[in-house]
Amino acid sequence: MTQFLSYVLPGIPYGCAYALMATGLVLTYRASGVFNLAFGAQAYVSAVVFSVAVGNGWPVWAAFVVAVVLISPAIGLLMERFLFRYTRTAGPLVKLVPTLGLLIAIPSIVQMAIGTAPRLPAALVLRPVHVYFHLAGSAVSGEELSTTVITVVVVLALAFLLGSTAIGLRMRAVVESPRMSELSGVRADRTSAFAWALSSLFAGLAGVLLAPIYAVLSASDFTALLVAAIAAAAVAGFDSLPLALAGGIGLGVAQEVIGGYLPSGTVLSSGLRPAFPFVVLAIALVLRRSFRQGTAGDPLASCDPPTTAFRPPVRLPEVAVGSRVFGVLVAGLMIAVALALVPGNWEFVFTLGIVLSIIFLSITLLTGMGGQISLCQATFAGVGAFTVGQLAVHFGTSVLLATVLGGVLAGALGAVVALPVLRVGGIAVGLLTLSFALLADNVLFLYPWAGNGATGLTVPRPMVGNVNFAGAGAFFWLALAVLVLVGGAVKFLQGGTFGQELAALRGSETGSVAIGIDVRRLRVMVFALSAVIAGIGGALYAMLEQSVSVDDFNYQFSLVFVVVVAAVGVYSVAGAIEAGLLYAVLTQLVTSLPSRYSSLLALVFGLAALTYVRHPEGVVAYGKAWVLDRAEQLVRHLRRDEVHVAAPPGPQVPTDGGPEPDGSRIGGRGLGRVARSRHRAGTGSAAARGHRRGHGGEGS
Amino acid sequence: MALLEITGLAKRFGDIIALSAVSLRVEEGESVGVVGPNGAGKTTLFDCVLGVVQPDSGQILFGGRRIDSMPPFRRSRLGIGRTFQRLELFSSMTPREHLLVTERVRAGGGRLWKDVIGLGRPSADERRTADEVLELIGLSDVADVPVEALSLGHCRLVELARALVGPLRLLMLDEPSSGLDEGERNTLVDVLRRVRHERGVALLVVEHDLDLVAAVVDRLVVLDVGRVIADGSVEEVMADPAVRRAYLGAVP
Repeated sequence: MTQFLSYVLPGIPYGCAYALMATGLVLTYRASGVFNLAFGAQAYVSAVVFSVAVGNGWPVWAAFVVAVVLISPAIGLLMERFLFRYTRTAGPLVKLVPTLGLLIAIPSIVQMAIGTAPRLPAALVLRPVHVYFHLAGSAVSGEELSTTVITVVVVLALAFLLGSTAIGLRMRAVVESPRMSELSGVRADRTSAFAWALSSLFAGLAGVLLAPIYAVLSASDFTALLVAAIAAAAVAGFDSLPLALAGGIGLGVAQEVIGGYLPSGTVLSSGLRPAFPFVVLAIALVLRRSFRQGTAGDPLASCDPPTTAFRPPVRLPEVAVGSRVFGVLVAGLMIAVALALVPGNWEFVFTLGIVLSIIFLSITLLTGMGGQISLCQATFAGVGAFTVGQLAVHFGTSVLLATVLGGVLAGALGAVVALPVLRVGGIAVGLLTLSFALLADNVLFLYPWAGNGATGLTVPRPMVGNVNFAGAGAFFWLALAVLVLVGGAVKFLQGGTFGQELAALRGSETGSVAIGIDVRRLRVMVFALSAVIAGIGGALYAMLEQSVSVDDFNYQFSLVFVVVVAAVGVYSVAGAIEAGLLYAVLTQLVTSLPSRYSSLLALVFGLAALTYVRHPEGVVAYGKAWVLDRAEQLVRHLRRDEVHVAAPPGPQVPTDGGPEPDGSRIGGRGLGRVARSRHRAGTGSAAARGHRRGHGGEGS
Repeated sequence: MALLEITGLAKRFGDIIALSAVSLRVEEGESVGVVGPNGAGKTTLFDCVLGVVQPDSGQILFGGRRIDSMPPFRRSRLGIGRTFQRLELFSSMTPREHLLVTERVRAGGGRLWKDVIGLGRPSADERRTADEVLELIGLSDVADVPVEALSLGHCRLVELARALVGPLRLLMLDEPSSGLDEGERNTLVDVLRRVRHERGVALLVVEHDLDLVAAVVDRLVVLDVGRVIADGSVEEVMADPAVRRAYLGAVP
């Protein structure tokens, strides 16, 4: 009993920090439907600011006020004002991607501001290591005591705020239905801004309270903390604040107790603490059906315009052919550059870009086509890589065969991960895959038969018949060939039955079921196929590097991958390739900068991912569309007369004079009008041309 | 043997009784209207037949086969087509794409390996069938416009067109005429008659527009608060005082 208590007590301060974060997560989730993955980064910012201020001789209270009371809520307010105010009616992807971008970008800003020197955490209230008293035989230090007391006080204050004040009532109203509360005179924007500020305050508080637990402040520890908090929030169904509190404390305690009873020195005992949240999260998500509905309960939700799905416009033939020729020229130029013409390490960089493109294609398939988000693609890549390493070294399997097997194994794992995913949906898929990535990083990949821990594996390059791909040039061509095969396959999938079924599923799940699509099978298949591609890409990555370890495939890569692809363009095969090359080339360029700026890339892509809210097609795709729009205008200008003859303007006002409902519901005003007036006038001319005209009119 | 035979179907959502012991038969090729005030359980009835909602009790036979425990997509492949009161279209896809994907799926779906090597595109036959349906419904002019840019009326017709593709034995329509203009409504009546007579499809129509109902159905079933309160020919049912009470609150 005493032993049990000696495990329970140290768990309580952890649990309190989890509980604070979980409470904050639930607060913003309920107030705006956003699951704020940047929460860990916000906690990190406050912890760093606090430590730096205290280190510079500030009094503790002043450092606390600046770090927790001022900066943290300010960040929350900025996020609400400039991003999440506009995502209220958007789908889960649009809500999740910007938080991922911030999760990547914020620590990068911090690093650039304070440099890469390790920061020691400062303690808040009581003397941290001083033992104030003993309870059931274990020492209670100032750190543990202050964390627990502050959590209890803060949560009680929150309960009072929500339960017994006017602003609390308004917040609860906005959560139920922002529109309905606006109609009743509540300013929904302001109320939700308040919720963001408040929850960010919780993030800051948790960051400062938990900082002394770590020897050195690092952003990744705070992300791990976030995952634990997510698990606690999942226990609460992302809904109930008291349950989130209980879940957090319970998780912290359970983690310590289980860790205490496991035999020490094994992978399980060292990896369990970071992996335990996964188990809890998976169970909670699968058991809690209520989360599937999300915040769809707003009775006035249908008043908001539906979100437009991205669809590439149909281009004039001249422009379409021109852009294709241009693309081929650019690709040829890059290959030439990669192969010799420019001095330096470019061959490796471009090969890396190609390999990354292959991994990124798995995101194109899953996220762009399938509308699902996975935060464990690097884990699938790792499975492919380690399979090749193990098979080639221990069993002497041919490397290419091992690559295929690696893909198959990753695919099988993908299908297994997809099974709980079937029951949940939207954001929960992202959370579940994120925690799966942590499980793999901390347990699975550490075993000698898998990733072999930090030592890693050496991976040979393949030899096919007499052709040896060990040389850098030969391997470049091999990687390019695989990219062409995989990219072509994804492109074909997009146009084939599979892609169309996925497009249908993205549009309407009920509609898909009604036409006979086996939605479960489709979801499992897209997960599995995407994992296969990631596995093949990972295998190639391992051959390129020739030595890989768990650090090459940790969860942070998964996050960065999604952010990079979302920023550049997630809907097309071209987007994945552009993202891969851009990432590889920019990474190479950043290495020539001072070390303080080593995380510049994270900032750039993180911020670029924020544009996902307005332009889900991606920054590069948007830029390309802009250029092509101009090109089309030019072409049209050049053959103005011809256009007039080809498509005379249809009657804009219906000839029968009756009141006509506006032909368009959203956006494409010109488009609906043209199509409709043609229909009315009974000209029966080619609708495709009207469509194209409509698009052109829209762009001008 | 009836095409669709529902016996003792019941469904509650919490305290709300959507259906209580509803029994209903639709013969092969028959056209049945389901009317009743809002909240009578009409849409829930459809949801139960398609399987997107699991009934609490009761059984559903389709073509003499129990389909209660069959997943919805299989029921759809048996030849049950349906439209929705709240549109369930595939935003970002054009009407033509709606029909092509439906055709492929109803025919048992494409093979993945064919997709991977680029053989998954619609065949000439499939394109022709899609064109025929588009022509029939009068959507040819907007066949290549993404549905999110179409009017509500057009969207309803796209749903109808989608339901008509492939082997069809029972077509369930949930308020098909709401949002349609006069011309589109006439097209709808015309299409429903043709589908019935040329393809022998049975119809189950939920509709508030009683003129339209009278124009396309042989038999009328009235639901009120989850119960069948009348079942018979249109004239009979319309004359029934219980029906008038349910609809109008009181007999004038």
